[in-house]
Amino acid sequence: MYDKEKLAQINQGLTEYEKNWEKSKEKLAAKGKRAERKESFVTGSGFPVKQLYTPLDIADIDYTTEIGFPGQYPFTRGVQPNMYRGRFWTMRQYAGFSTAEESNARYKYLLEQGQTGLSVAFDLPTQIGYDSDHPMSEGEVGKVGVAIDSLADMEILFNGIPLDKVSTSMTINAPASVLLAFYIAVAEKQGVSPDKLTGTIQNDILKEYAARGTYIFPPTPSMRLITDIFEYCSQNVPGWNTISISGYHIREAGSTASQEVAFTLADGIAYVDAAIKAGLDVDTFAGRLSFFFNAHNDLLEEVAKFRAARRIWAKVMKERFGAKKERSMMLRFHTQTGGSTLTAQQPDNNIVRVAIQTLAAVMGGTQSLHTNSKDEALALPTEDSVRIALRTQQIVAYESGVAETVDPLAGSYYVEALTKRIEDEAWAYIKKIDELGGAVKAIEQGYIQKEIQDAAYEYQKEVESGKRVVVGMNKFQIKEAPPEGLLKVDPTVGDLQAKKIADMKAKRDGNAVQTALDELREAAKGDTNLMPVILKAAKVYCTEGEICGVLREVFGEYTPIQVL
Amino acid sequence: MADKIRVLVAKPGLDGHDRGAKVIARAFRDAGFEVIYTGLRQTPEQIVAAAIQEDVDVVAMSLLSGAHGTLMPKVVKLLKEKGADDKLVIGGGVIPDDDIPALKEAGVAEVFTPGTPTSVPIEFIKTHVKK
Repeated sequence: MYDKEKLAQINQGLTEYEKNWEKSKEKLAAKGKRAERKESFVTGSGFPVKQLYTPLDIADIDYTTEIGFPGQYPFTRGVQPNMYRGRFWTMRQYAGFSTAEESNARYKYLLEQGQTGLSVAFDLPTQIGYDSDHPMSEGEVGKVGVAIDSLADMEILFNGIPLDKVSTSMTINAPASVLLAFYIAVAEKQGVSPDKLTGTIQNDILKEYAARGTYIFPPTPSMRLITDIFEYCSQNVPGWNTISISGYHIREAGSTASQEVAFTLADGIAYVDAAIKAGLDVDTFAGRLSFFFNAHNDLLEEVAKFRAARRIWAKVMKERFGAKKERSMMLRFHTQTGGSTLTAQQPDNNIVRVAIQTLAAVMGGTQSLHTNSKDEALALPTEDSVRIALRTQQIVAYESGVAETVDPLAGSYYVEALTKRIEDEAWAYIKKIDELGGAVKAIEQGYIQKEIQDAAYEYQKEVESGKRVVVGMNKFQIKEAPPEGLLKVDPTVGDLQAKKIADMKAKRDGNAVQTALDELREAAKGDTNLMPVILKAAKVYCTEGEICGVLREVFGEYTPIQVL
Repeated sequence: MADKIRVLVAKPGLDGHDRGAKVIARAFRDAGFEVIYTGLRQTPEQIVAAAIQEDVDVVAMSLLSGAHGTLMPKVVKLLKEKGADDKLVIGGGVIPDDDIPALKEAGVAEVFTPGTPTSVPIEFIKTHVKK
């Protein structure tokens, strides 16, 4: 990035600086003093950090081909030309608990507080395709999200919320087709046609196998369900993000920053491969792929991570898959602040952590953001703590100034060097995964899980040895009274949902249900697109468990490999 | 006590968060315990069957989904029914302080919450295991 003469001058200055610093260190050592407060300096992910970065560290980076301009290939600086000068990122708090009625009230509260998009958390039975009255659902109904058993619940969930005005993200993976079908059906009842809908389904099964655990079916039929959605939405729901390829949970499971980027993009490559193999043209679906990342505590490393991820994906799409449309090469992403960084000790400190993570996401160019609430290491967040989390985003947006220019940390010697370093490390992982036969094979062999677990255990050992300081947890502890005012989910919600299912089943057209489920079974055995039959089943009030039950019958269930 | 302490690390219910379970399993192993990990999505019946079949001394359950109040006591109850209540049962995860007395009442010997160093349950097991 600099001319040779200038670099030589800088090099000379650096040599001088280093010589002087060595002398100062020797002097201190002679007095028995240490010049530095620890042996080695590393990023949150363990990259060695130098004392000083200069133009020499980024001399090999070509500005025009590697960094470039926002809204242009390789999108290192962002996917829009003016980023947040046009509009802020979407402030989208992940929420949902108990019944559809209670969650509907929380959504209305969040929208009143200035939130600009919805993000639905489903309970575990819904995520794993069991109705609330299934034996496996015992104790889990309404706990980590809202319980949705059929279209009837979905109608209540979005009651009074105009689906043509609000965009909705749904964290749903194995049964993503079913919940998307419920959503399309609710919209139609509101008089909103599918082509007016905007939102996202997570629909990312590979990270479920590797890190999150809410899988149902084996990889092959799962990949079919996903590519069926790509195809169906490209024709019928063009404003829908058909997948949110997620590094968030990979990081939460303990990965480093570059593993998060590498494993996520390797999953992305597997989805694109599968869709192309299913006969889709890359430019018809690639523009609707979206991503989801974590924002951790190491501010500058996280900013570099987001920038590196954009650059790698652009290259993958253009060079590996031959995408022609610029939109296909853009890595658009949602961010959530890192849940595992929150401490149960001195929970107010979490507000500060979340603020730093928010800065990382925004300076990294996120398209939408969920900020965690301070009490999430203890329970589901209360309304008050969710409001503070949302206000944190609003303060960064309106008061901090970081949203006034595009990619404000570009050109920092450190940040550019770190961006390059994360990129290089991620490419090495992607190459390794290619050698194993791609992300699906790498997961089936337990490779990705093992890498994540090793990093997680390393992290834990560092915390316990005190090498890694977590304020309030392993340093600066105080005696604390037990926290008060935590949110409790009504323990009778399981019974309540079971009763709602029974009432609904008594009212629906039993013949229509049977016909729809039979058609689904036949279609699942063949190779036609499953979305239309699932939508038909949804509309006649087949339950989620019935639909997934038929698919379980035909597809079987995934048995994970145990890696320890 | 020449024999190694045998521990079943179990994930009851539908919860997929297994970072904690796997970290603790490794820490137990490094502490010299014999460790068996059940994997995800185990019913209380499956956990109890595994505990008996593997003849473990300790059943350590990890739960972050909020279903601890239902599933942990059920495991203790089933162990008792099978005559296997000599096993030490412990739990860990995102479990509010308010819920802990009821779990202990139900027979869970100790509950470890976020931020607990792995050395704490290790010491607890060494002190309390019935072997």
